[in-house]
Amino acid sequence: MIAAEARAAGGRVLAMLLRYLYLLRSSWPRALELLYWPTLNMLIWGFMSQFLYHNSSYVFRAFGVLLAAVLLWDVLFRGQLGLSILFLEEMWSRNLGNLFATPLRPYEWALAMVAMSFLRVLIGVAPAALLAIPLYHYSIFALGLPLVAFFGLLLAMGWGLGLAVCALILRKGMGAESLAWLGVFVLAPVSAVYYPVSILPLWLQHVAWALPSTYVFEGMRAVLFAHHFKAGAFLTAAALDLVFFFAGAALFLLAFRDARRRGALVQIGE
Amino acid sequence: MIAPAVEVENLSKRYPGAVAVDGIGFSLPPGSSAALLGGNGAGKTTTLAILLGLLLPSSGRVRVLGEDMLAHRYRVLPRINFSSPFVDLPHRLTVRQNLSVYARLYGLRRRRERILALAQDLQIAEFLDRPLGQLSAGQKTRVSLAKALLNEPELLLLDEPTASLDPDTADWVRGYLEAYRAQSGATLFFASHNMGEVERLANEVMIMKKGRIIDRGTPQALVARYGRATLEEVFLAIERERAPQRLRAS
Repeated sequence: MIAAEARAAGGRVLAMLLRYLYLLRSSWPRALELLYWPTLNMLIWGFMSQFLYHNSSYVFRAFGVLLAAVLLWDVLFRGQLGLSILFLEEMWSRNLGNLFATPLRPYEWALAMVAMSFLRVLIGVAPAALLAIPLYHYSIFALGLPLVAFFGLLLAMGWGLGLAVCALILRKGMGAESLAWLGVFVLAPVSAVYYPVSILPLWLQHVAWALPSTYVFEGMRAVLFAHHFKAGAFLTAAALDLVFFFAGAALFLLAFRDARRRGALVQIGE
Repeated sequence: MIAPAVEVENLSKRYPGAVAVDGIGFSLPPGSSAALLGGNGAGKTTTLAILLGLLLPSSGRVRVLGEDMLAHRYRVLPRINFSSPFVDLPHRLTVRQNLSVYARLYGLRRRRERILALAQDLQIAEFLDRPLGQLSAGQKTRVSLAKALLNEPELLLLDEPTASLDPDTADWVRGYLEAYRAQSGATLFFASHNMGEVERLANEVMIMKKGRIIDRGTPQALVARYGRATLEEVFLAIERERAPQRLRAS
């Protein structure tokens, strides 16, 4: 019984994943958009790094410090944006009423969005990372196994934020749509993406250490500068990620139930 | 004893400052065809949305196909379906892709065969590989109907099934729905303010106004009760708050 239900749930997640793959395939500008910003960012920061390499002792210590930061920030940003955009696709197409008249559960929908967001991040960031190798003789893959940890931590945080953004849009309607693009940037200054946490005012450092992303970017610099992976920081970030992800998921499910109470599932549209 | 297809008791939906559905109750036997008739804002779509579980009621009880819809929604949803011109399918996906996604959501096994059979039946086979957004309103309605019939629902809910269709296409859709009900034994429950549609498809009509069911009966019985020539005249009399002639005489 449980196995049959799990199989059915898997089938529904797969159905939604397929729906998003069809959508991606239907429009080449959408696919191009996935590649566009990560590649453009990598180009700008790659040339900037080349310049600073000869003019800054900070970058001279490790050429890739800015490029790696740019690429990893894109993992967080794209993870959140990818999920929120998929959610918005259903709003734009006024499809929620049809979707939730089927046996699809909200958590299955969330899982499908998470899976598709993972694919979107890979499609967007991997080509930029690969292009940096011939252009700047820099490979982010030289970070080794810690890269996998950083990637996973940032994605999970992005998904938590993405689910929270979806919850806000469900609650506030399409007027909150721009949060999908802007929301995560609130965290950029305190995530210490391009500079160490120690630069921040002391009170802001406390905020910074409550974010998984801060541990990732500090950890990235530790690997690049000192060739040292901070396992303790990784575990703290993973614990914080769990909080972010489950808080985002809880907000999403609560907002979904509230939408059913308010009738928003059949009303929200463009 | 066979459970009613739909059983609603004292159902209400209140919003701050407005009552959309106000303590309605009704029961539909399996295989019946019933219509909610009423003007804009009467509460028809709200009632359908509650039956689908898309909207939570403020109070009341809803049983669909013998199951409590509030407690066991996911046991019921695989056995019902709906179609509405006011809820879209994704426009960028082709008709086949749309139907394929929904066939998977309903857990169908022989998806390809089912989609092809419905495409033949509903005359959409020739544009299966066209994006939905490129189709006419009539073609989209037929695709929406194909989506609604994918899982061979025991209860089919329809909101304004022929809204914005030309008379020829609307007639074709009504004929198809009649045939589906006759062949499958499914229960048909639809909201409409199209009198011709209601007279043709429904053997029970519930007239809604301001969230309440204010009268019900077969189309013929309603026409006779109000001493009118057509259901449209009955509807207008009710909308303009004229009592049935029989009641006025007494």
